[in-house]
Amino acid sequence: MTMMAYNPAELMACAASRVLEDGRSVFVGTGLPIIASMLAQRTHAPNLLVVFEAGGIGPKIPAIPISVGDSRTFHRAVMAASMDYVMSCAQLGHIDYGFLGAAQIDQYGNLNTTCIGPHDQPKTRLPGSGGANDLGSLCHRTIVLMRQDTRKFVERLDYLTTPGYLSGPGARERAGLPRNTGPYRIITQLGVMGFDAESKRMTLVSTHPGVTVKDVVDNTGFKLIIPDVVPTTDMPSDEELRLLREELDPIKIVIG
Amino acid sequence: MDPDDARDWMAGKKSRLLSDKVMPLGEAVSRFTFDGGYLAMGGFGHIRVSMAGIYEMLRQKRRNLVIAGKTAVHDVDVLIASGVVDRVECAYAFGHELRGLSPAGRRAVEGGKVKVVAELSNAAFQWRFKAASMGLPWLPARVMMGTDTFKYSSSKVVEDPYTGKPICLIPACYPDFAFIHVHRCDRFGNAQIDGTVIEDKELAMAAKRLIITTEGVVPEEEIRAAPDRTVIPFFMVDAVCEVPYGCHPGNMPLLYYSDEEHMAEWLSLSRTEEGVKAYLEKYVYPVGAFAEYVALVGGEEKMDYLRRLERLEEPLTAPWAKR
Repeated sequence: MTMMAYNPAELMACAASRVLEDGRSVFVGTGLPIIASMLAQRTHAPNLLVVFEAGGIGPKIPAIPISVGDSRTFHRAVMAASMDYVMSCAQLGHIDYGFLGAAQIDQYGNLNTTCIGPHDQPKTRLPGSGGANDLGSLCHRTIVLMRQDTRKFVERLDYLTTPGYLSGPGARERAGLPRNTGPYRIITQLGVMGFDAESKRMTLVSTHPGVTVKDVVDNTGFKLIIPDVVPTTDMPSDEELRLLREELDPIKIVIG
Repeated sequence: MDPDDARDWMAGKKSRLLSDKVMPLGEAVSRFTFDGGYLAMGGFGHIRVSMAGIYEMLRQKRRNLVIAGKTAVHDVDVLIASGVVDRVECAYAFGHELRGLSPAGRRAVEGGKVKVVAELSNAAFQWRFKAASMGLPWLPARVMMGTDTFKYSSSKVVEDPYTGKPICLIPACYPDFAFIHVHRCDRFGNAQIDGTVIEDKELAMAAKRLIITTEGVVPEEEIRAAPDRTVIPFFMVDAVCEVPYGCHPGNMPLLYYSDEEHMAEWLSLSRTEEGVKAYLEKYVYPVGAFAEYVALVGGEEKMDYLRRLERLEEPLTAPWAKR
């Protein structure tokens, strides 16, 4: 039982951390994904292998990197490689989890990080794929961390940057993507979502403490599958919160 | 570019003779870059990017460049804001990673001043360079398929004749000119990089013209004493320019960390056109040698601090953080 108060970013970091199993590999980006991975390493998954797209493999991350290419991403690593090397590792099947964020997501877990509005005359220009399309194509399981509201959880993406289950069951394989891959968990400030094994549509897995199923549904712009029983996400433990605040993000770059 | 044309270029324009290529950066930029050309920068984001090369292109008022936005962060932002680049092939641009989105880059694209002429992924971009580096017209890969990213990528999907599965063919990319900033290089261009090489081995081979900026020009013997550290051999290289701190305000791995105070100044000033102008008038246009720039951004005292930060002897500060 947690005694300390926590904020949504801290809860998301803890929920994401708990998805990562020990002895697995994870391809991470900056921000919450790296915080979640570092937290997992310091709690239940000390042997989690962290890989960065610029080439860092298995670093002892001393402090939060600002870039997925900066020197912290290969600090005391087992290898300082190249992008070709780590992306090839992912294509070869060595990377279990890939962490992504997005501006928009649809019911099949497809992601948009490219633009809001038409591509050639965007209302908002976003950074683009970066490594997201690669991770979403090649990692065995992708985990998405993002805010949930009806502008972000949408029926139709403005642009499909990164593949989820595309148009549904079998679509990834038909497109040529590696088999048995795809989005696994979506973690937001409201809850945790997964995907129905048959239809590949997004399914509610748990709601965060204090959040109702209705809150989640009201903030989702498409029909979410709601199971009969929806458990509550475990709260962050005092130890997790201490690690986040004192060791992982002491100057509060990611976790406010 | 047809691979036979690439072969002709390499045979005709790249010398296999060990010759001294050390020259001032101004000369390298005027000789090997040109208006309307396709530019690629080595490094990644704000890591080991030749900002010295970029500032010199700004001073020489290069125009209408296309840039390979292969996780381009501060480089593309400054190039767009100053009017040097007007087209981007985008894997990642218009963002500053953890620092948020780029005010200047976004403004230019949303206002129509800069066009995004292609979208692709980071792996796809470096595999374009890899295809070129292998002298091949394309490289097969299992990314981008099924997405809008693919539609804007100039790639093709075909049926793999072996497995019968769809496979993405990513076309080779031969940039007209590239800059790569390295830790050490001899006068012939034999260059060594410490830490992750990102995609610079492939980019160095793909680029039609390659300008190396280096923290230091070292004796040939130092390179030959550790040839396994060489990432770029001399015959890929057209110019060698010695520019200590040449990737400031970025991070030069194992030497100095990124200057977040300076990045915060840029991110704040670049919110407006006037701010961009003020920044460029302060740090770029009137500045001659790179050492003058280093003095302007805080001199040796600042560089000492960035070295300590890199060695984890100072706590990181993030003046751009909202919270």
